[in-house]
Amino acid sequence: MQKYSVFSLIKNAFSNHEKWDLAWKDPTPKKEYDVVIIGGGGHGLATAYYLAKEHQITNVAVIEKGWIGGGNIGRNTTIIRSNFMYDDNARFNEFGMNLWRNMSQELNFNVMFSPRGIINLAHSDAQMNAYARRGNSMRLNGIDAVLLNREEVKKIIPMADFSEDVRYPIFGGLAQPSAGTARHDAVAWGYARQADSMGVDIIQNCEVTGFDIEAGKITGLRTSRGDIKSKKIGLCVAGSTNVLAEKLNMTLPIETHLLQACVSEPVKPVLDGVVTFGAGHFYISQSDKGEMVMGGDLDGYNSYAQKGNLPTIQHVLTGGVALFPFLSRLKMLRTWGGIMDMSMDGSPIIDKTHIDGLYLNCGWCYGGFKSVPSSGWTFAHTIAQDRVHELNEGFSLNRFSKGYLLDEKGLGTKTWIS
Amino acid sequence: MLNIKCPYCGDRSQKEFAYGGDGTIARPKLNQEISDEEWDNFVYLRKSPRGKHIELWHHIAGCRQWFKVERDTTTHEIFRTFKPEE
Repeated sequence: MQKYSVFSLIKNAFSNHEKWDLAWKDPTPKKEYDVVIIGGGGHGLATAYYLAKEHQITNVAVIEKGWIGGGNIGRNTTIIRSNFMYDDNARFNEFGMNLWRNMSQELNFNVMFSPRGIINLAHSDAQMNAYARRGNSMRLNGIDAVLLNREEVKKIIPMADFSEDVRYPIFGGLAQPSAGTARHDAVAWGYARQADSMGVDIIQNCEVTGFDIEAGKITGLRTSRGDIKSKKIGLCVAGSTNVLAEKLNMTLPIETHLLQACVSEPVKPVLDGVVTFGAGHFYISQSDKGEMVMGGDLDGYNSYAQKGNLPTIQHVLTGGVALFPFLSRLKMLRTWGGIMDMSMDGSPIIDKTHIDGLYLNCGWCYGGFKSVPSSGWTFAHTIAQDRVHELNEGFSLNRFSKGYLLDEKGLGTKTWIS
Repeated sequence: MLNIKCPYCGDRSQKEFAYGGDGTIARPKLNQEISDEEWDNFVYLRKSPRGKHIELWHHIAGCRQWFKVERDTTTHEIFRTFKPEE
């Protein structure tokens, strides 16, 4: 594989950038693979990469119905954080933070990881107490957490509405300075390019139409580009999890919902970190291009539409203008939506299933992007060793029936409750 | 925006309604022994189909009645709305 560097850039400038190698091949599916990963998004590509790198399993195919990076990895708002209270979530995501910090070097691809910090705003004494507790839990897990008072928040976001008579006055906030953002497409492309160079077949425009199961063991799958045999198959299909589960006669604690985001026209730098305004169902950051990147709640009803309805965008931006009045002067450049695999407790599932050789990675809710490296790493371990790693022990499929929910913040499918 | 026909009030904007989830889930009968599996099925497991979906909606800013809607989860086309007992 061609190494990307300033020297390769200069060298290729002499040939008008027409002689770069393809970043990954476009192979025809083989008859059999050791492992097949369904879903060529961030999680699937990362899983394939770590299977090859950490477990030396290179006879791997990543099957993608559309094109790689066309799903939620290309539709998210690129926030990376590990500000979780529960041990299972905190350890898993902090492990991921360490992978993020080295990702550009490791993948030889600039993912533009930018640890610019995140602030969760608090609007009452009770919420400040709850954030103090969450911050302390984070620190016990080695995650940087800083409790900010009103004046400290004001120094960071002076343009927010700090007047006394607003519906949700800012009392303070909980910050994680090491949180940040990254360029989402580059993450997919970086993992794809490295996985491909180690022998992984990335097969695009290939839809899974069925599975072959014999005596409780998975033996292969049927696709729009022919049958493929494999004793190990991993599902990484986010919002399409229920569609494939139906083909497997499985019912999961997952509902598919639509989540929207939007960006404004680009403006000069005004906001250097990520700010979440939970009370207003709104969060915001500013991209390197200057666009204000914003999002909020689910549309609120089951949806596979990949595009949203206006009332939710109106609701999100109403909250946005309440916090940052200057937003009312900006034009919205575009809005878009992605379909989320909403688990019932708001935490993911990375586990084996009752079918031997079938592995499940789903339930990412609002936060799949930040977990791309840690999910890929642990899912690769789960598939290669046929047992879960201690980092994803808590993300079991049967935790719902056993009563071990990971209900971090009352998220999940039932938005009308929280 | 969805335009939902409340079976009691007629066509109204989506903004007047709250969503109530899968309308085909039946609560296990009261005062009877039920297994953990049955309870798991009722509380957590959902088909969440792509295509036709029967779901509960609540006309919360209107007549406050619950009713059922048959809707396509990809196109948002609403085929019919009906009272829960229908």
